[in-house]
Amino acid sequence: MASSEHTREHKARLDDAFSALYKAHLRDVYSYSYYRVGNHHDAEDLTEQTFLQAYRHFERAQRESEGRPLRPWLIRIAHNLAANYYRDRSRKPQTPIDDAGVLSAPHTTEDLVEDRDDLKRILAGVQQLPDDRREALIMRFALGMDNREIARALGRTDGATKVLIHRAIRQLEEIVKQDEGPDA
Amino acid sequence: MSEQFAEFENLLRKALAPVEPPAELEARLELNLASIVDLATEELEAWELSSMGDPRNWTRIARPVAAVTIGSAAAVGLVLVRTQRKRHKRRNEAAGAVDLAGRTLRDLAREARRVADDVF
Repeated sequence: MASSEHTREHKARLDDAFSALYKAHLRDVYSYSYYRVGNHHDAEDLTEQTFLQAYRHFERAQRESEGRPLRPWLIRIAHNLAANYYRDRSRKPQTPIDDAGVLSAPHTTEDLVEDRDDLKRILAGVQQLPDDRREALIMRFALGMDNREIARALGRTDGATKVLIHRAIRQLEEIVKQDEGPDA
Repeated sequence: MSEQFAEFENLLRKALAPVEPPAELEARLELNLASIVDLATEELEAWELSSMGDPRNWTRIARPVAAVTIGSAAAVGLVLVRTQRKRHKRRNEAAGAVDLAGRTLRDLAREARRVADDVF
């Protein structure tokens, strides 16, 4: 019985830890999913599946993380599920994404129209980036992850991740400039 | 040049602002996860009681049965919740009652396959 008591306590601790993880990162997983798939309906599904998968493997992940944050692991699950989502449905991200951050971010009245056009162009540009660059930017700017976390989520080195993000921003700048036209 | 870069980064940060999950998703997810946790706890207790008579059976019979029961009950619940969620979309897209029934069955089958992949 001592053993079963121990099992129950262990499970309760795990469930508490998972609940804390879920509360801390629901917005991260949802934001990532939204910018990957481009609509709320599929982002909800992806978020739900991510946490169900995470729950299945949580004990092992916690053991192997050796105290490191589990956010990169969660985002990696979402990343893999999103890849399956595209494979299953044979489609690429939907564009434009225009009703998320752009509309929810605070703006002053005079800047609103100009800002919104800029932000829409940037969002459209993000969707034109290669997958790895787009994902790195989503992790950096929508989730606020640092290079180390992004590296873990993408399975790359810190150095390679730093270069990836730098190139992604440069490429995006070029795309946006081209979109603005020669007079910009 | 680096000022321009910083300005662009600032715009990028605004464009990719975090997106708040809908309250409905939060509630649903919590409910689903809580159901799975509760079922697992109940089954763990039931398993302990039923196994006390013959400890040799613990690993041979009770654990696999408990695992299947937990998974099945949680999975059925999830399939129903997910299928139910899509009812408005189905209704809007359906050409008639027969089409709606067909779409509902297809959604059920699809969700069952997806939940089976997730849970088992």
